[in-house]
Amino acid sequence: MPNTKRRRLVTTAVVVTLGATALAACGSSDDDSGAESGPVSLTYWTWTPGMDKVVDLWNKGPGKKDQITVTVKKQASGDTLVTKILTAHKAGKAPDLVQAEYQALPTLVSNDALADIGKNVGDAKSKFAGGVWQQTTLGTDAVYAVPQDIGPMMFYYRADLFKKYGLSVPATWEQFAETARALKKKAPDVDLTTFSANDSGLFAGLAQQAGAQWWTTSGTTWKVGINDTATKKVADFWGGLVEEGALDNQPMYTPAWNKALNTGQQIAWVSAVWAPGTLTTAAPDTKGKWAMAPLPQWSSGENVTGSWGGSSTGVTTDSKHKEAAAKFAAWLNTDDEALQALAKESGIYPAATNAQTSGAFTTAPDYFSTQPEFYALASKIAKTTAPSAWGPNVNVAYTTFKDAFGAAAKNKSDFSAALDTMQADTVADMKKQGFEVSE
Amino acid sequence: MSSLAVQKVPSAAGTTGATRGRPPLRSRIALVPTLTLLLGAVYCLLPVAWVVIASTKSGSELFSTFTFLPGTGFTDNVKDLNAYRDGIYWQWMGNSALYAVLGALLSTCVSAFSGYALATYRFRGRETMFNVLLAGVLMPPIILAVPQYLLLAKADLTDSYWSVLLPQILSPYGVYLSRIYAAAAVPGDVVEAGRMDGASEWRIFTRIALPMMVPGMVTVFLFQFVAIWNNFLLPYIMLSDDEKFPLTLGLFTLLEQGANTPALYTLVITGAFLAVIPLVALFLVIQRFWSLDLLSGAVKS
Repeated sequence: MPNTKRRRLVTTAVVVTLGATALAACGSSDDDSGAESGPVSLTYWTWTPGMDKVVDLWNKGPGKKDQITVTVKKQASGDTLVTKILTAHKAGKAPDLVQAEYQALPTLVSNDALADIGKNVGDAKSKFAGGVWQQTTLGTDAVYAVPQDIGPMMFYYRADLFKKYGLSVPATWEQFAETARALKKKAPDVDLTTFSANDSGLFAGLAQQAGAQWWTTSGTTWKVGINDTATKKVADFWGGLVEEGALDNQPMYTPAWNKALNTGQQIAWVSAVWAPGTLTTAAPDTKGKWAMAPLPQWSSGENVTGSWGGSSTGVTTDSKHKEAAAKFAAWLNTDDEALQALAKESGIYPAATNAQTSGAFTTAPDYFSTQPEFYALASKIAKTTAPSAWGPNVNVAYTTFKDAFGAAAKNKSDFSAALDTMQADTVADMKKQGFEVSE
Repeated sequence: MSSLAVQKVPSAAGTTGATRGRPPLRSRIALVPTLTLLLGAVYCLLPVAWVVIASTKSGSELFSTFTFLPGTGFTDNVKDLNAYRDGIYWQWMGNSALYAVLGALLSTCVSAFSGYALATYRFRGRETMFNVLLAGVLMPPIILAVPQYLLLAKADLTDSYWSVLLPQILSPYGVYLSRIYAAAAVPGDVVEAGRMDGASEWRIFTRIALPMMVPGMVTVFLFQFVAIWNNFLLPYIMLSDDEKFPLTLGLFTLLEQGANTPALYTLVITGAFLAVIPLVALFLVIQRFWSLDLLSGAVKS
């Protein structure tokens, strides 16, 4: 074991040095302008619907001028795509550009699949909130991706049913629990919401809001804090509510869940800024009856939220035209025209702060037409996103979350024991992969 | 078939059982297998029925109306599917057909050649080769997908039609089946007689052995066709250009559109329904060759 660890460290060091040299080479060739002559053709793996139309704007506009043509190869999203990128990278065949969720970045970087594009993205940093940008640097001086969309978390509720049952919108989690109990008393067959053991991202976001730092590094040593006090607090809170029957324990994104939302059996949803799109298909009959509020806080007066979802654009180490690819990534996620097109064609919520209140985001989504200030409020909430700390095996942590919390939610048993399982499995996997992990 | 059996059994039990007081043993035994088969049929057909019915539901009906109540949105669903990204669905359907037809044909040819050779000729290493092949039958193709990808990447063939076709041409199971079938259906005497008459080995194979092997080859073809039509992992790893995707991959991209984009359930279900039709049609058309298979299984000596 110690041998593997050392080897991994050495390889990483070598790789980092090599990468730096390669980049230095790139950077120096940049000095005499027009060094990269001739047309460049790039491939881009993305799952965003309508991305081909946005990329067309580049190919006909700035891309044409710089002779950089980008081809979209639409992929299916999820952890499987990360595996696919890593497999392709093993063969040296990864595309030039990839879309990656924030929590997948450490995995890709630790496998040396993503290049440092810090020198090529210009002043992109200034367009993003600090907490968002930090996710693409992994706390280093490098920049491994440009943020594309974000998912700041919010509290959605049926305004009409809250009125009917005489409930007020909870500002703290304490009030949230009381609201759930009060509702159970008034209407025993209606639930405030459900704890879904299928959605690891939701739980991670809630823990993030509470101040959890699941993965941290000091030097070359990782520290895993999945069962830290902040996360324990979150797990016990939800576990307690499930145990006493104040909340439902069924997973989200199922036909049954759609039905519960559509018929008013569940009257609230802890979700993120993209919820209108989901609700449109999940609960079409309740259009206009929902409202959005900031996420409940752990102590009154606080103003923090977590994030659920969101992705970035990275350049792979396999790319032969990293500079050109980085240029495109920066354009796609910071240029006004590109961001407006992304909002219109793909319905994403942009990470770039200036785009959050302009163009498509000046009017509320159709589903929330009764709350015209929807996006103004959303943009305010987005600024309060807590920093996140992702590690190289988020996929393992997420898988064990589904197993351990799935069983705990079903049996209404101890959530913090499930959390300990998650911690143990994640640490064990990291050690197996050859990372140095401090206990 | 099964409906016939169902009708027969209770009527027989009804008449004889009522007159004699004690039902004859035969009908009692037949009831259990019939029920088991019926249960099996329901188990297999229920999901198909679900797909058929769900494909007729519009987006708002899909999760809100009773599961087995037909909806009103079938034509709209097909129209939407047709309109999705300028009808890329049909491109996927065409790709699936290309992979399955060409792949199954090539695979059947290879299987016929090698199966016949293994059954007819005695040469050194024959049994070793066959045992290796048997090991190949036991090996799930999923395990091979990544190594095959790395191999084809060296040959610069990934993300091409060939990358999906080539790995599927050699099917250990097909070769195995062909050998067994050739050994049973092509008597050594016939091959010997052909040699006595001065026919070349190639002529013996194409003119004498192959016609005898046709029913078995139809089976190999069908197996391979279905396997390729349903294959997911190999094309998933090999292909990145969605214009080369087969149906399985295409429908997957409709489902996994990212966390903030709802899955296009109605399109996926309608797409899955339409994807089943060619398979059903193929089975109905080729079925008669299969009954031939049963008849010609025993060769008269």
